[in-house]
Amino acid sequence: MSPHDTPQASPLAHHFADMEQQRDSAKLGMWVFLLTEVLLFGGLFCVYAIYRAWHPEMFFNAHKQLNVWMGATNTIVLIASSVTMALAIRSMQLNQRKPAVRFIFATLALAGVFLVIKYFEYAHKIHLGQLPGKYYTFTGLEGTNPHVFFTVYFMMTGLHGFHVLCGMGAMLWLLRRIRKGEFSAEYYTPIEMTGLYWHLVDLIWIFLFPLFYLIG
Amino acid sequence: MSGKQHHHILPLSTYLSVGAALLVLTVITVAVSQYQLGEWNLIVAMTIATIKATLVLLFFMHLKYDNKLYAVAFLIAVTFLAVFIVLTMLDTMTRDEFGRGSIDKPVQYQSAPAHPGEGEEPASHDTAGHTADTADSSHK
Repeated sequence: MSPHDTPQASPLAHHFADMEQQRDSAKLGMWVFLLTEVLLFGGLFCVYAIYRAWHPEMFFNAHKQLNVWMGATNTIVLIASSVTMALAIRSMQLNQRKPAVRFIFATLALAGVFLVIKYFEYAHKIHLGQLPGKYYTFTGLEGTNPHVFFTVYFMMTGLHGFHVLCGMGAMLWLLRRIRKGEFSAEYYTPIEMTGLYWHLVDLIWIFLFPLFYLIG
Repeated sequence: MSGKQHHHILPLSTYLSVGAALLVLTVITVAVSQYQLGEWNLIVAMTIATIKATLVLLFFMHLKYDNKLYAVAFLIAVTFLAVFIVLTMLDTMTRDEFGRGSIDKPVQYQSAPAHPGEGEEPASHDTAGHTADTADSSHK
């Protein structure tokens, strides 16, 4: 057990019978939150489906403006970050605090790499004027309404990027709490919940990547 | 602190092999996309993405080992999302007579000379209103 344990640091809240019940409640709550996330992105996936069905050629031409290798690199980065996040939880389950911290740092770093690559992609598109709606000034694309593709692209990857940012915030919060000695093999629910959230962010990217970069 | 808990701790090898499988599937989906297979590009890409998502859900998110309640809740959400998207597509794709005619009209923005010479409708002073009109006529 942790030498930092103090009475008020007991992780069991008074309204739960035991740790097991507390953990199950947290998990159910987290899954309900993840479902709302699925529906939030689901609306945008529906927008994508409608506009792609309306303008198949335009979507195909516009998707060639995206850099497949940057997208693929980001996919690999996010998969690696999902593995490190899962391993951070596993380390905490085994009461190995230092490896857990290292794995969370690795996840954080990979999330940073994802956003840096995304930044270069966005900067390039902003430079070319491949922007949503009326800000679209690019002239190198044939077809009707090519700005619609970039509207959907920026909305979906932007919302996803915001989720990556939130995940990084959650990981910093976890690192702070680990340093304070609040987690152990008995109690690591916040790490597990952050992991669930992070895997969902990965899961959404798993669909965004082929839809935008590969088939358009 | 109550101690007794039955957390399922997966072996390291499970996480690493799932990660490796996800990487291999990523390589496959990128490789397949380099070929033009018509409709099959979409089918293959979505099938591989679904397999990858299932791996993440089952192993990384522990749905395989946890209370099945979470898996059922997730499946229900996905099912309703599918219903939502399919019904919307059935609607929008079966309106050729009334709606699809105006889909191919370019949306005109005041400050976007994206298609010079094309779509000669006078740039309306009320951009928002004009856009709404275009959208409107495609939905009636």
